[in-house]
Amino acid sequence: MLCGVVTFLCYLWFAPVVTFHNGCLPGARHTPTPGHSAAVPNSFDHVETGGRAMILTVSFKTLFAAAPPPPQPGSVGRQIGQSYPSLPPGYQGMAPPTNSGPVHPPAQPYGQPPQPYQQVEQLSPSLATLSLQSQTPSALRVVNLLQERNLLPTNAITAPTPCLPQDLQKINCNPDVFRCTLTSIPQTQSLLNKAKLPLGLLLHPFKDLSQLPVVTSSTIVRCRSCRTYINPFVSFLDQRRWKCNLCYRVNDVPEEFMYNPVSRSYGEPHKRPEVQNATIEFIAPSEYMLRPPQPAAYLFVLDVSHNAVQTGYIDVVCQLLLENLNSLPGDTRTKIGFITFDSTVHFYNLQEGLSQPQMLIVSDIEDIFLPTPDSLLINLNESKELVQDLLKSLPQMFSKTMETHSALGPALQAAFKLLSPTGGRISVFQSQLPTVGVGALKSREDPNQRASTKDIQHLSPATDFYKKLALDCSGQQVAVDLFLLSSQYCDLASLGGISRYSAGSIYYYPSYHNQHNPSQTERFQKDLKRYLTRKIGFEAVMRIRCTKGLSIHTFHGNFFVRSTDLLSLPNVNPDAGFAVQMSIEENLVDMQVVSFQAALLYTSSKGERRIRVHTMCLPVVNSLSDIFAGADVQAITGLLASMAVDRSVTASLSDARDAMTNAVIDSMASYRTSVLTIQQPGLLVPSCLRLFPLYILALLKQKAFRTGTSTRLDDRVFAMCQLKSQPLSHLLLMIHPVLYRVDDLNDEGALNINDRTIPQPKILQLSVEKLSREGAFLMDTGSVMYLWVGRNCSLNFLMQVLGVPNYSALPQSMVRLPELDTAESARTRTLIGWLREQRPFYPILHIIRDESPLKAEFMQNMIEDRTESALSYYEFLLHLQQQISK
Amino acid sequence: MAFTFAAFCYMLALLLTAALIFFAIWHIIAFDELKTDYKNPIDQCNTLNPVSLIVMKCVFSFQLVLPEYLIHVFFCVMFLCAAEWLTLGLNMPLLAYHVWRYTSRPVMSGPGLYDPTTIMNADILAYCQKEGWCKLAFYLLSFFYYLYGMIYVLVSS
Repeated sequence: MLCGVVTFLCYLWFAPVVTFHNGCLPGARHTPTPGHSAAVPNSFDHVETGGRAMILTVSFKTLFAAAPPPPQPGSVGRQIGQSYPSLPPGYQGMAPPTNSGPVHPPAQPYGQPPQPYQQVEQLSPSLATLSLQSQTPSALRVVNLLQERNLLPTNAITAPTPCLPQDLQKINCNPDVFRCTLTSIPQTQSLLNKAKLPLGLLLHPFKDLSQLPVVTSSTIVRCRSCRTYINPFVSFLDQRRWKCNLCYRVNDVPEEFMYNPVSRSYGEPHKRPEVQNATIEFIAPSEYMLRPPQPAAYLFVLDVSHNAVQTGYIDVVCQLLLENLNSLPGDTRTKIGFITFDSTVHFYNLQEGLSQPQMLIVSDIEDIFLPTPDSLLINLNESKELVQDLLKSLPQMFSKTMETHSALGPALQAAFKLLSPTGGRISVFQSQLPTVGVGALKSREDPNQRASTKDIQHLSPATDFYKKLALDCSGQQVAVDLFLLSSQYCDLASLGGISRYSAGSIYYYPSYHNQHNPSQTERFQKDLKRYLTRKIGFEAVMRIRCTKGLSIHTFHGNFFVRSTDLLSLPNVNPDAGFAVQMSIEENLVDMQVVSFQAALLYTSSKGERRIRVHTMCLPVVNSLSDIFAGADVQAITGLLASMAVDRSVTASLSDARDAMTNAVIDSMASYRTSVLTIQQPGLLVPSCLRLFPLYILALLKQKAFRTGTSTRLDDRVFAMCQLKSQPLSHLLLMIHPVLYRVDDLNDEGALNINDRTIPQPKILQLSVEKLSREGAFLMDTGSVMYLWVGRNCSLNFLMQVLGVPNYSALPQSMVRLPELDTAESARTRTLIGWLREQRPFYPILHIIRDESPLKAEFMQNMIEDRTESALSYYEFLLHLQQQISK
Repeated sequence: MAFTFAAFCYMLALLLTAALIFFAIWHIIAFDELKTDYKNPIDQCNTLNPVSLIVMKCVFSFQLVLPEYLIHVFFCVMFLCAAEWLTLGLNMPLLAYHVWRYTSRPVMSGPGLYDPTTIMNADILAYCQKEGWCKLAFYLLSFFYYLYGMIYVLVSS
């Protein structure tokens, strides 16, 4: 029994893993779904574009075609790639101007044996004869990290393409929606253990898609034994029977499935949209409902204590709600309600027919009750005027308040009581630590420990009140979204539980103040607008199925796990990402491919029950070199980040940091001993994993995991929440920001989208060495952008883009680019606008100069450089090499 | 042959261990149910209750946990009073384990051991199952040991 304990403690980490990830497509905004014409059985609505199912296939095709060709070994001369040893490890400070030149593609060192190519023949014969992308050999090209610099590609990195037959790959799920850490699945668990790479899926199931085929059908064809939805990777034995690709059961094709409504032909079940699209949405019939679909219900819970009123956020919330009242997703049944709280809880009676909203105060916070249960949550359409009255008067109502206490716990209990009959969404705005009633918290942060290199305390909740309440909410289909606007410690570790287990989302605006912090206000406004108007799914569940032999190990994200493969999501939003660790329970012998299917059943804001199904297919391999060749370094990093967050909470931060470093060391050591046939000195990695050490170093320097740099506890916990619940594309920017030089933008290689020419500057390494005083650099960290202007920046850029006559005229803090009528200004603004469009939330832009207070934050993102408490990239590589050769 | 305090202790322990065996079996069944729930073909449509079901299961198995620990502590104390050092020594590892297990439980306002939000994690679930089987084996062995001990004490005194 004791030894059971020991193994459990030691091997939380390398159990096989699968993660799901969600990425967000640039510019892929949700377009409102047109109403479905009467649900005639077997009629298909191709929503969004009204196009045919084929459109989707085409978009996949273009997506993959857009992938840049793999870097050609040897295409660049050796002399260009600067070799490390010539530089002292402590190279920081201002770099000589010579370094500001463009980054070159990886250079191939001389005398590299072309050994990776031999592995082509090792693939299973049937696959080998099919499309072997040139990617496979180049992914395995050996790279000596100590010799080659400039490994960071100069343009965006795309997901690796699985080594599948072309016809399967063409219809495979978009990697932005569904991505696996290993695009080639190992045949056995022992093989996976040998590779020392985590196996997992990263998932973005409810991503806004520009094209989504929607099917209305009286019967949804599913496998009779495992309930898998029919998908493009099933095989048809003949016209009447199909074989499930997950459990291999042979099923009958129902009669109505024989008719193809797209081509209006009979007898071609394999041409149906369900079998042509890896991402599809079904309108579910009544068997998929346990109760009539709930109406959209929104409850806003606002903190109106003195502190909250001082920040002025109430004006912003009320103003935005007023503006967007008509664009809240919903139909004629939409319900809305308001609760405010300080040391008491205030309800608002908005019953239709009242001349003005009626405020009801409940001061008994020990035993909270609803004063008039029927008239607090009201139909938005019927009482719209009252709601507008309330929103107009609310900001003034509390302007003189002197009440400093906050009874968040009781307010949440009341909100739960109010929403539990219908289910819906609670949006909580909180500006301080809850101080009275149940769920009151005490400050746990010791400011002197912020920069501690010892272990960080208090990453886990202080009370289980919020978690228990969240579980109650989850059981009643209520999700809680938390907006934290505060300048002081709020104990997000405890408060966060309310959103985490009820599938809500958390937003954090440190030092929020309407007047003192205008950039934060702008961000809050834009985020809130997106939050209010984005798509939403209610009473959702997501099930993830995988081919027999694979099993789900752990889930990461915001949800409640209801059974081994089922997540309970009271609300689902398009900005939520999930990760799943997987293990291989039975050997996958005799299998060429395995499939994963994520099915999300939800009620749309229009009261329709819908099922969105994503299916991904991946090849199975039996050699280590193939596993390494298929490794997706970005997905691996995303999954490891989630695992490390869990580790920090259950064990300790230093444990998590060690585990991440060990993940790199172990996989590289394994590659070295098991795959490389010729032993050479240096730090050798396959080309597809060449960024692995960089990403891990970036994670170690990320707010969530860094030590030695002053980090507020709430900032750290928020970063951890983000790491677990963001889709991969957002996550990567958070982990490894992108740096561009923008003072010399030109149209070379520019993208053309809708008649706009978007310049594509090269991505630079995050090192001060890449900066130069003569330039201006844009750093994109996902939620914030910094435009750093060098002291000797060209007058042209200052005048044409920033609109100032010289450097000294540049203000200390500037958050907006002037709209000048010059080509340079237009280019810069287009680039920034384009970057902003790619994500749902609005990143603020800070224009900073040398003396700006924000310079420190900008410099903290220079992760390749050494800081007082952290290694530089080169030192980190040396550390890895030392550990590997031990 | 006399009815000593030690003999009484063994008899009591025998009865209580029978109860503990029952608890262990219940524990195994509960976790097995959690794990194999998905094989149940009733599908995604039954969306309303299972959350509270899992929570209840956790609360339940944990209502059994505290009695189990208390019963075990109780007869350990009895053996201490009866100066049955060997028997006490055999029980010490489990006692120590129980203390460790309970002190390292997640933050909870009530008594309890299992957190419904982490219980579905494959590692934790596997661990709990393994724990159940190990305990069952231990209690079964100790059941026969107490039987032997009782007879031995009765006969020898």
